[in-house]
Formats: sequence, structure tokens, C-alpha cells
Amino acid sequence: MRKETLFTIDALPYRQPISVYGYYFGTDAKTLAVMGAIRGDEFQQMYTAARLVNRLSHLESQGRLSESCGILVVPCAGQFSMNVSHRFWPLDNTDINRMFPGYEAGETTQRLAARIFEALKGYHWGVHLTSLYLPGDFAPHIRVMDTGLQKNDKGLDFGLPYLVSRDPHPYDTTTLNYNWQVWETNTFSLYTRATDSIDEQSADEAVDSILRFLAKLDMLREHDLPPGTQTQKLDEKNLVTIHNKAAGILLRRRGPGDRISRNETAALIIDPYTSEIREEIRSPSDGVIFFARHAQILPSHTVVFRVIP
Amino acid sequence: MIKEVISAELSVGETLMIQKNRIEGADAASHRLAVVTGTHGDELEGQYVAWQLARTLAKKKNALCGTVDIYPALNPLGISTIYRGLPGFDLDMNRIFPGSRDETMYEYIADGIMRDIQGADLCIDIHASNIFLREIPQVRINEKSADVLTPLARLLNMDFIWIHSAATVLESTLAYSLNALHTPTLVVEMGVGMRITKSYGDQLITGILSVMRHLGMLKEPAPPVAPPIVSTDGSVSFVNANESGFFIPQVRHADRVEQGQLLGLIADPMSGGIQERLLSPISGLVFTLREYPVVNEGSLIARILGGSAG
Ligand SMILES: [Zn+2]
Repeated sequence: MRKETLFTIDALPYRQPISVYGYYFGTDAKTLAVMGAIRGDEFQQMYTAARLVNRLSHLESQGRLSESCGILVVPCAGQFSMNVSHRFWPLDNTDINRMFPGYEAGETTQRLAARIFEALKGYHWGVHLTSLYLPGDFAPHIRVMDTGLQKNDKGLDFGLPYLVSRDPHPYDTTTLNYNWQVWETNTFSLYTRATDSIDEQSADEAVDSILRFLAKLDMLREHDLPPGTQTQKLDEKNLVTIHNKAAGILLRRRGPGDRISRNETAALIIDPYTSEIREEIRSPSDGVIFFARHAQILPSHTVVFRVIP
Repeated sequence: MIKEVISAELSVGETLMIQKNRIEGADAASHRLAVVTGTHGDELEGQYVAWQLARTLAKKKNALCGTVDIYPALNPLGISTIYRGLPGFDLDMNRIFPGSRDETMYEYIADGIMRDIQGADLCIDIHASNIFLREIPQVRINEKSADVLTPLARLLNMDFIWIHSAATVLESTLAYSLNALHTPTLVVEMGVGMRITKSYGDQLITGILSVMRHLGMLKEPAPPVAPPIVSTDGSVSFVNANESGFFIPQVRHADRVEQGQLLGLIADPMSGGIQERLLSPISGLVFTLREYPVVNEGSLIARILGGSAG
């Protein structure tokens, strides 16, 4: 393992310089790069990347990385936000993951995106441990942005329960995933169950899945990884969205990965003053819960679950 | 007449309601102008325009033909919490249009706003930069719709029309979405966040009356307007800080400067030192100037409009 300073952020007055580190394993080959936390609440993403650093350094010291394998892991590039409890850049609230590919002569977060991208560019495979714009919990999955630039089916090799493809929206075109693909890295976003809380089991499953992916590429020798699951391919368009109509306190009765049958109650919206049930949120079809909002209270007209029919 | 545009129930005993002030003249159905503002909760210049326009039109009721809808607050929760974005939501409101009926509450609201404005003869979407930068009164036009919009923008009495290149990410703005539905929409940027610049507001109201006259909505002579500078990206130079610290300007906003002239300093109060001297890359007009003193590496300091205009 080789730890290198990728760049140092001294963008903020009255704060000490912050280094962003890359952990390199194996050879100089640009096989796989893994990006951890970019936003200040991506604790699970940072933890997962940190576990990956730990596992890879063991594998490397045991001589189990193949000779043609070179890996970069960046556990965190969001320290300046994390340390002050901000999800985004503290001064102007801009999101680095909406600034890719970045611009070295531009605004602060464009420059930071450019520096992150400089380190991540040129790898054959890329994995971004990321979070959604809606706070919620997921069934673990690989997400691919369907740009037509790569073979999405390689995502099956992670052996996670789901491989989800998404048609890019205009606001997706400035994310790391999208631009990594444009710069010819085959890119997968990996979602574990949590974002702003640590889920150790889910992080270990994610690390296993990345190592499984490496093993499928013949980059790992004699591994003893768990086999992974049969991956189901999904198109995000085909997920069934369950909405609430009423607002109030959200009591979830089902969570990600749970089976649910048609008309079964998935959550309750209760009156915030009397605890009377204002709405029973029922599943419109049989299926498995893919995404569940993580919220204590909810306004009306919003996504509560997405279900795989 | 105050009318509801769209509403949604908030989590605990409150309704989020988007409202508009509908002002009708003769033959109310013949024309419709939509004047909208308050998408970004920290931009307040449009509040003055909404207020003063309603008062001006009340006095001109007899000359008014058609309907003027004034939407002072597309993001009421942002305005009331001094927050640029949508409270509790990651995406900027001007990145979720045209909205959706089956995603999140804010997209539901955006969809309702779109449906209400769509079909107007013209929409004017008033922005006020942000808290960091002060802007001269200007209209920003995506090059894709420049042919349709530039003649209308010339009537708005703004100092500058900036025809900018098309970026995919901008396809989720209110203006882009309305223009795509053939509702011509002009984006005004002027002043600075969290402040009201009365002279800019009055200047825009003159422009709105002039464009109303052009649309056949005002049966009295239009006030005269000054011709704007019209320019594309090629004539605009950006000045960004390369050091962090505190910006001390050495020019005033809207000054003309020479190439190499000192625009300002980045000061380091800890040491009494100067971190950086920022010079103008070209001769021209300082149409954007940093207002908020705290500067990070990369922060935009100024935009200079050069070329034949300078
Ligand atoms: Zn704005």
C-alpha cells in the first residue's frame, strides 16, 4: 500500500490545510479506482472505503493481487464539510458531485472536482460509493447511468442483489458517474443500505462485492470471498413508486429488501398532534421494497417507497 | 386578486402555497404576462419589482389590456428562512423543472407552477444573483432561443443582454422548460442577494411597461428605454481568486477598467499581508463584482465585458 496526498485544500480562511489522500495498491496499472465520500454526510461511504483500504492492504501483503492489477481508493474528499456538519461546500452550499468534470480555473467546487477527477481519470473501472438526493435506505445495489458508453452488464459481477440502470436526467450530467463514463472509465455507483449512519454489515457486503468484481477480472488470487447473490437486473423506470397524500409523522412498517404483497401496509402517516392514522400507505403490487425514505416527518405528495414489482 | 397556483401540505400543520397576484385589464383573456421571482430564497430584488409593478398597474388600470400575473415567491420557504435552496431538499429549485406529479413535493409544486404559467404571451423570471456577487441589470438568454428572445429582451431596459452557450444541466431551469413549451421566457439577473436595489427595480419596471406596450397590453405610449449592450460568451472574461482571504475591492461595480488595472486585493487579516492582487485581464465593464468579502480559492471576483463594448 502506498498512501499519497492527491491534493491539499487550503481554500478556507482560518482553517488549516486539509489533505485528500489516495491509497494505491498493486502496480501502476490503472485497473480500478474507488471513490468514497464526497459529501459531508456520506459517513457510510467513507467507512466502506476505509474497510476496503484495510482489506486490500491485507490481500496485497499476502501477495494475492495479480501482477497486472493497480487500484486506487480515495476514502474521503469531503472533510471540510464533514467537520462542520454540512452536506455540501460550507461557503456556498454547492455540491462537488454536481461539478464534474470540474474546471481548474473556475469556482472553488469546480476546482475541487477537477482535482478529484484528475486522480480518478484513466482507470479502466470506476466505483463511486455515493448517496441519493433523497434521504433514504436502499436494498444494496449497483447503479449504472445508461449513457450507451459502456457495457452495463459487467455490473452483475459484483454479486449484489440488484443492478439498476437509470436514464440520465439533465442534472445527472455533472456527476462523477456520468463524466467518468464520458472519459472512458467503465463506471458503477454502489449503494449500500445507509448514508449518514454506519451499517457495518452492509459496508462489509459492499467491500466483498468490490473484491468479487476484482476476482472476476482475475485480479485476485485464491480468494475466499462469499459467493454473492444472483443479481436481478432492473430499469429504474420499472420500479413502482409509492407516494403519500397526507402529511405527518412517518412510521415505516417495511424496509429495504422486505417482501410486500399487494395492499399490504408499508407505512403509516399519523397525525402529529393526536397520533390518529391519517393515511395507510399500501403497496399497489406484490414485490420487494427497493428504496425506503428515511424521515421522521413527511410533507404530502412525496416518494415514500420504490418497489420492485 | 390573489389566486392560488398550487399548494401542498407540509409535515406539521402548515400549507405550502404558491400564490399570484392577478391584475386584469380590458379583454382579460386576450393577453397574459407572467412576472415571476423568488425561486432562490436569498434573492430579493424581485420583491421590490413585484410590489412596485402591482402599484404601477393599479394606476394604469384603464390603459391595461389583458392579464398580468405576478408571482412574487416561487420558493416561499426559502425566502422565509433566508435560504437559497429548497429547505430539506438537495436540488436547487431551478434544477427541477418542468417538475413531476409523482416524485417529491417540490417537483409536484414545480409541475403546478409550470402548468400555471404555460401559455402566457411572455414570462419574465427575475433573479438577483446570489449573496456573493453584484450584477448590473441584465437579461440572460440561452443561445438556443436567442432568435425569439433577443428582440423582446431589448425592450426590457436592461443594461446588458448576455447570450450564453447551452449546457445540458440548464435544461432543468424554469426558463428553459417554458421556452421548450413555446412560452417565451426572459431571465433577468440584477443586483445582489439579500438586498434590494431600488434603482434597478425601477429600471426594470420601465422595461416591463415597454414590453407590455409591444405585446399590445398597454394602450398608452411606452416609456423610452435605453438600448442594451448585446454580447455572447466570447466577450466575457472571468476573474477568480487563487488564494483565500478577504476581498477588498479597488474598483466600483459597473466601473470601466483598463487591462492590467487592479480590481481588488485578497487580504489576510491574521498577518496583515496581501495574499493576492487581482488584475483585470482585459479592458471593459465590471458588470459583475464580488460583494461578499470571504473568499475561497476559486471564488469568482469579477466578470468583465470587453470587446467592442469596452
Ligand atoms: Zn436566482
